[in-house]
Amino acid sequence: MTPSDKTAIDAILATVHADPGRLMDILEAVQRRFGRVDAEAIAAIAHGVGLPVEDVTATVTFYAFLDTGPRGHHRIRLSRTPVSFLKGARAVADAFEAALGVSMGETTADGLFTIQWTSDIGMGDQEPAALADEHVLTAMAPGDVPAIIAALRASRPLPAKNARVTPSLVQAGPLLIGPVVAGAGIRAALAMTPDQVVETITASKLKGRGGAGFPTGLKWRLTRKAAGVQHYIVCNADEGEPGTFKDRMLLEQFPDLVIDGMTIAGYALGGGEGLLYLRGEYAYLLKPLSDLLAKRRQDGLLGAGILGREGFDFDIRIQLGAGAYVCGEESSLLESLEGKRGTPRDRPPFPTERGYLKQPTAIDNVETLACAARILERGAAWFTALGTDKSSGTKLMCVSGDCARPGVHELAFGVTVNELLDIVGAPDAAYVQFSGPSGLAVAPKDFGRRIAYEDLSTGGSTMIFGPDRDVLDIALQFADFFVDESCGWCAPCRVGTTQLKAAMEMIVAGRATRADIAATHALAGMVARMSRCGLGQTAPNPILSTMLNFPEAYEARLSAADFNPRVTLRAALGEAVSVQGHEPILAEAAT
Amino acid sequence: MTLPTVTFTVDGARVTATEGQSVLEACDAAGAYIPRLCYHADLQPTGTCRLCTCVINGRHAAACVTPAAAGMVVENDTAALTADRRTMIEMLFVEGDHPCPYCVASGDCELQALGYRLRMESPTQPYLWPRQAIDSSHPDVFLDRDRCVFCARCIEASRLEDGKTVFGFEGRGIAMRLNVDGDGRLGDSQFAAIDKAAKVCPVACIVIKRDGYRVPNGARRFDKAMIGADIEARRGAPKP
Repeated sequence: MTPSDKTAIDAILATVHADPGRLMDILEAVQRRFGRVDAEAIAAIAHGVGLPVEDVTATVTFYAFLDTGPRGHHRIRLSRTPVSFLKGARAVADAFEAALGVSMGETTADGLFTIQWTSDIGMGDQEPAALADEHVLTAMAPGDVPAIIAALRASRPLPAKNARVTPSLVQAGPLLIGPVVAGAGIRAALAMTPDQVVETITASKLKGRGGAGFPTGLKWRLTRKAAGVQHYIVCNADEGEPGTFKDRMLLEQFPDLVIDGMTIAGYALGGGEGLLYLRGEYAYLLKPLSDLLAKRRQDGLLGAGILGREGFDFDIRIQLGAGAYVCGEESSLLESLEGKRGTPRDRPPFPTERGYLKQPTAIDNVETLACAARILERGAAWFTALGTDKSSGTKLMCVSGDCARPGVHELAFGVTVNELLDIVGAPDAAYVQFSGPSGLAVAPKDFGRRIAYEDLSTGGSTMIFGPDRDVLDIALQFADFFVDESCGWCAPCRVGTTQLKAAMEMIVAGRATRADIAATHALAGMVARMSRCGLGQTAPNPILSTMLNFPEAYEARLSAADFNPRVTLRAALGEAVSVQGHEPILAEAAT
Repeated sequence: MTLPTVTFTVDGARVTATEGQSVLEACDAAGAYIPRLCYHADLQPTGTCRLCTCVINGRHAAACVTPAAAGMVVENDTAALTADRRTMIEMLFVEGDHPCPYCVASGDCELQALGYRLRMESPTQPYLWPRQAIDSSHPDVFLDRDRCVFCARCIEASRLEDGKTVFGFEGRGIAMRLNVDGDGRLGDSQFAAIDKAAKVCPVACIVIKRDGYRVPNGARRFDKAMIGADIEARRGAPKP
């Protein structure tokens, strides 16, 4: 490490006062500056913040967007999802491979480019999409690739055709129709006591919009009454569930509603600090959001004495993630916020009692906070008049795949899947992946079911597949996603996701017998029961729910044999073949 | 002064716990054995293996990290849980490289002992065949990462008992591995054979050199009694 490198790292450390709790910011800055966080940088950071080298290493190696070794000067990460594939991501990847002369996952010899796959980047309505360094590329065709590479090579702006995010809101409903006046919800809240604000949210029957559906009023009440030095409000904008992009849409098109919601929560819970955890894939939103926070401070909507109310001091820090789906799980998110690996915590204690920095913390989804702002502005009765008895309000549905109108559609709870499919123009849908890979594979027989917490509960992801799509191949892609995203802490998820993927590969290849399918079903159930957090508990869902709802797809792939070895003879002999330099002589041994 | 107590049931039997005890600790004291691998009585529970998962008040939860509470209904020794635990032990066997017949830890290995206790036969899942180099750089200890079960005991022991930070995890998911001092070798670290971290490994990942066969096969801990028998022997015994 040169003295100037050392100076650069020291300068980065100084920006956060060498606070070990801000390790994520430090590591991200070092990654941006040097293109990696290597062993020397780790040692310098560890020394600077007073952490063991082990701890810094543990964090760096956990996140997909942090590298310990050299990579290309430019990083192109293509979004890998079933939807990106049906929109042509494979052909775009082929074009990058052909243009650069390397395969996905490799770096060009001149060190200029690394191309690779990454998990869903939240652009489901405009795939094929990619991250080129910190820029987003959308709706790419293979023919666009040469211009993209040329622009990066010449450090010119990327082609406008691809370097843009099309506003995703297609259909606004009661929540999003009407003007957004920054601070309107806060003004209404300040006319009440904090307890009354919590009561209003409780009366609205608002439930968490991230998917779990925990009553927000109860969460706020528990956090408010928990003893602590400080109460924290966390906005979970780690929108990693494949097929979801409503939070990105809200942060782009309605950010004041979200920040109002956080500020209202700050008032209601007596919290002085809010944290907005923004997934690393949305780094392009960091600047506009930071600018918005600055403007709100100027306007008296953030900072000390908000709207002139003495003693109401609340500010917000944005924490950028670094590529880890599991950090959307709230306790993993807290670990990440504290600069650690995104490993979930065991509960109890719950975050409402011991969350960020062991203090009472309310963690709410972006959409939940936007709802809270409107509820304060318009009243709980306005909200409960929408939706069903048990699911008040509306839901932002993120629609992608085989349909005429992909994007975010705001629909009142209680709408059926059939009605949704009509709205988005998908008359021949054969399979809907509901609430993302961790949700359910829904077949036409269930299209009469209602979207509501009491029936089909969802975080919003809605991937639609037509009759020509291969249900089992899609389930295999989801199984692969969970292998990439398992944190590794607990055995059932770490090993189980890998085994489930291998089992699905065998099924898709037509090599699985009825006994293999039964064994896969049993394994999937065990992973769901025994895993530590929501990731492992839901990782088997694509397999379990396709087995339940698309049994004919499995029947069609059944092997006629009584038994097929899991490891083929060729694979078993592979090492010997490579040593000997020739194939086995027996004809049957080569099959 | 006596600590306040709570009472709950495990498989229908009443168990009394003192405040602050986990379900697993209270059951241990009462002689009700809950299979576990990562848990170590001298260390903070980390809940990595999930083997002690029970059905507590109708929900699956790991007993080592669940505080005992009054009126809890804990299901432990059921056919369904035993089957799931057996599958989990199988997972660890195929994830790593565990050649019991010629392993130095045979008879002392908690993974092997749990395999016997849970009646695991040949694993039903394909082996993952890891192949990492053995770290033999340390004069007194060698490290065979292919036998690591990611229990985190050495990590905790090094920090809490030895006042060092020799071990940590790196990477994530199935690519996770045990890391030594950043990315170093055991021989270059502060590690010593007398460290607590050298004594808590449940398998043969961290092995003291020149000590392996001091106790011959056949005369080791689990050659004499099944894992958990010591805990079950407490059942019905008067409390100390």
